[in-house]
Amino acid sequence: MLSVDRLTRVFGGVRAVDDVSFSVAAGELVALIGPNGAGKTTCFNLVNGQLVPDTGRVLLDGARIDGLSAHSIARRGVGRTFQVAATFASMTVRENLRVAMLARAGHEGRISTLASAVDDDAVDTLLARVGCLDLADAHCAALAYGNAKRVELALALADRPRLLLMDEPTAGMATRSSARLMQVASDLAKLDAIAVLFTEHDMDVVFGFADRVIVLDHGRIIAQGTPDAVRADPKVREVYLGEGANTSTRKQSGRQ
Amino acid sequence: MSLASFLLQLLNGLSSASALFLVSAGLTLIFGVTRIVNFAHGSLYMLGAYCAYGLGEFLAGHLGRGAVSFWAGVALAALAVALIGALIEVLLLKRLYAAPELLQLTATFAVVLIVRDAALAIWGAEDLLGPRAPGFAGTVVLLGHAIPQYDLFLIVVGPLVLVALTWLVTRTRFGVLIRAASENRTLTAALGIDQVKLFTAVFALGALLAGLAGALQLPREPANLGMDLAIIADAFVVTVVGGLGSIPGAFLAALLIGLTKALCIALGNVEISGIEIAFPRLTLVAEFVVMAIVLAVKPHGLLGRPPVPPSSTPLPEQRELVSAPGRREAWVAALLLALLLSVPWWRDDYTVVLATDILIATLFAASLQFLVGTGGMTSFGHAAYFGVGAYAAAIAVKAGAPMSAALVVAPVAALIAAIVFGWFCVRLSGVYLAMLTLAFAQIVWSIAFQWESVTGGSNGLVGIWPTEWLTGRVRYYFFTLALVAVAMGALLRIGRSPFGFALRGVRDSPLRAAALGIDVRRTQWKGFALAGLFAGVAGGLFAFSKGSISPESLAIPRSVDALVMVLLGGLNALFGPLLGAVAFTWLTDTLARATEYWRALLGTMILVLVLVFPMGIGGAFARLVRWRLRT
Repeated sequence: MLSVDRLTRVFGGVRAVDDVSFSVAAGELVALIGPNGAGKTTCFNLVNGQLVPDTGRVLLDGARIDGLSAHSIARRGVGRTFQVAATFASMTVRENLRVAMLARAGHEGRISTLASAVDDDAVDTLLARVGCLDLADAHCAALAYGNAKRVELALALADRPRLLLMDEPTAGMATRSSARLMQVASDLAKLDAIAVLFTEHDMDVVFGFADRVIVLDHGRIIAQGTPDAVRADPKVREVYLGEGANTSTRKQSGRQ
Repeated sequence: MSLASFLLQLLNGLSSASALFLVSAGLTLIFGVTRIVNFAHGSLYMLGAYCAYGLGEFLAGHLGRGAVSFWAGVALAALAVALIGALIEVLLLKRLYAAPELLQLTATFAVVLIVRDAALAIWGAEDLLGPRAPGFAGTVVLLGHAIPQYDLFLIVVGPLVLVALTWLVTRTRFGVLIRAASENRTLTAALGIDQVKLFTAVFALGALLAGLAGALQLPREPANLGMDLAIIADAFVVTVVGGLGSIPGAFLAALLIGLTKALCIALGNVEISGIEIAFPRLTLVAEFVVMAIVLAVKPHGLLGRPPVPPSSTPLPEQRELVSAPGRREAWVAALLLALLLSVPWWRDDYTVVLATDILIATLFAASLQFLVGTGGMTSFGHAAYFGVGAYAAAIAVKAGAPMSAALVVAPVAALIAAIVFGWFCVRLSGVYLAMLTLAFAQIVWSIAFQWESVTGGSNGLVGIWPTEWLTGRVRYYFFTLALVAVAMGALLRIGRSPFGFALRGVRDSPLRAAALGIDVRRTQWKGFALAGLFAGVAGGLFAFSKGSISPESLAIPRSVDALVMVLLGGLNALFGPLLGAVAFTWLTDTLARATEYWRALLGTMILVLVLVFPMGIGGAFARLVRWRLRT
């Protein structure tokens, strides 16, 4: 589904993403992990068009999408959730989803119809899937953080994406509700054959839900494979878990 | 065009560029550190000229006319303006640093109003011609043309100030603090730097530069009450073109703009394939073209950097839930309509005229509310589209078109203007957008002012009366009411349409909107164009209601009037534009009858409103009304 080929992006001399290649298949949940500043979010922004790569290609179902604008990549079936949940604050949850449905149908430019004419059953189905049906008429700005994240997931799914990017989907959530959110994403991936790529700091979530794990450090991939293989990888243990003899020298010479 | 005349205009352009650079450098310096765009910077420039005149005369009375009294006058004027600037910062801006930029801009515009009336009270309405600069009173003959020595002196001042500022910023402790504060405000605060003093000092320095520019301008141009807005529009163009926050950028842009204008004047009337083009009348169009090219290539200006997000503070009203109008709103609307229908039977013709004005202002304010409230785009130049509509209608009538056709031409012309200007505006956001809208409005104003053969220049166009069956104040009032009601209904419906929600979505979270596949810029562009269209409808109605049209109808104060109406009525409030238009029209009508200095009073009132409700006037006002209705 998604294939990233030798992607590089440099910020003022810092190689935030350095020669990164990987792929995500339909129905697969892949976790992108690494210490802070490893290049996870940059990688995401390159895939969904907020940044343009310096070199390398991003392919969605074989078609190049790098260099396209964020909205045209979304149009091609890439959904996204953000580290800090991004929803429309001045609307109710239902209105948020209506905008998403309208955008999916390509009707967001219409001025002669009413937004409320959207098929609300589809909205209800989506909300039920993420467990937010009872919040349909709540004001989005007043939602608890965990609920905002779930609404955001529903928004991303309203586009019926082929690829779903989730940037720290459970950051700031309680353990139980984060497990529930990930279960929803995981079920959806399997059911609708959506490819899911997510970054995460919570290792329980990573090892509990990911089919495959990619480890980034200093913009480079240092390991990828099944959760168990990655967990056992000595390089990962050294870099990520801070083990090994040269930890202290790394800290001194490491990132600025 | 001879080489000599070109050279002459080149030098002339360079000397005007110096004043422009000084003002823009101050503006950009203040913005860099405090993140406030000081609308009143042109007023400080104007004060510089007036103070130099006043102090010069005073010193000449004691020391006799001569070099000492003149140059001491200039220096003291700059210092006096620096002091006034510091005072404005301490008394006003200090309280606004955390406020949304819309309110910051509005507050500094209130200062413009107050300063102008203060200057009127102290120095009168007459232009005041200053003395020639001692030591630079003569001319230098170059290639057979006499060039004022003073112009040459001014040409040197610009680069000198640039060097001095660069030295200050890069080599002194004060400069280190300025740079630190520009880079990262939180960090400088954490480092224990006294921000309060730093901000005041920077503001005073910026004011000093503006004051100096004004004082130095006195031998070239008499001190007058129009200097403030004339220079601020140019300064906005220069800072946006140069890149907000960049002093060298301001210098480059000032040169670019100054030279472009000089080139236009030097070209004179040129015949190109049978059509005679009067380039000297196109100076502002040329300025616009230069700005347009730069911004199309480099959206953040020649030497600017993309603003660090979050670039803007939304008004709390923009996070409030906008509920669909229900039965209660329908009742209120019906009641209001009945009330408005009864107006002709209230008192006299004057009431009907006032009510017509209010209706037109309501539609104008509603179109701005759509832009600012729903679209989240702060415009300080919305009057441009109102004015384009009004002028288009008037020109159509003059060309022999019937009223019905003129009323179609009005919104179409406004729409086209909004499409062209909007293309640039939506590439920017926050204060950049506000500055650009203002610059465009000033350009449109200047075209109306300069293009005498078509627009009638400063006199405008007269004799634009409605068709026979609409003659008479009452008939025209009903016609206006009908059209405004339909237009308001259409605007309201657009707000509830898929596009309305998409526009609001883009305002709430551009990130989310783009992730859903919504083209953020295109949506904003369309919103901008629609707002212009409705402003054009109001403009067309305005032309026929007055029977005449003058450049005043699209001047910056009118843009700000509409903004104040929107702020008074509330950004989301359904009946906000009407409420705001009624309150504002009544207020200015009353003030204008009570005092000659009604602008200063209006400014004071705006300041009080902004200071009392720093998080949004409209919301507080609407809450108050709701509270009063309940109890």
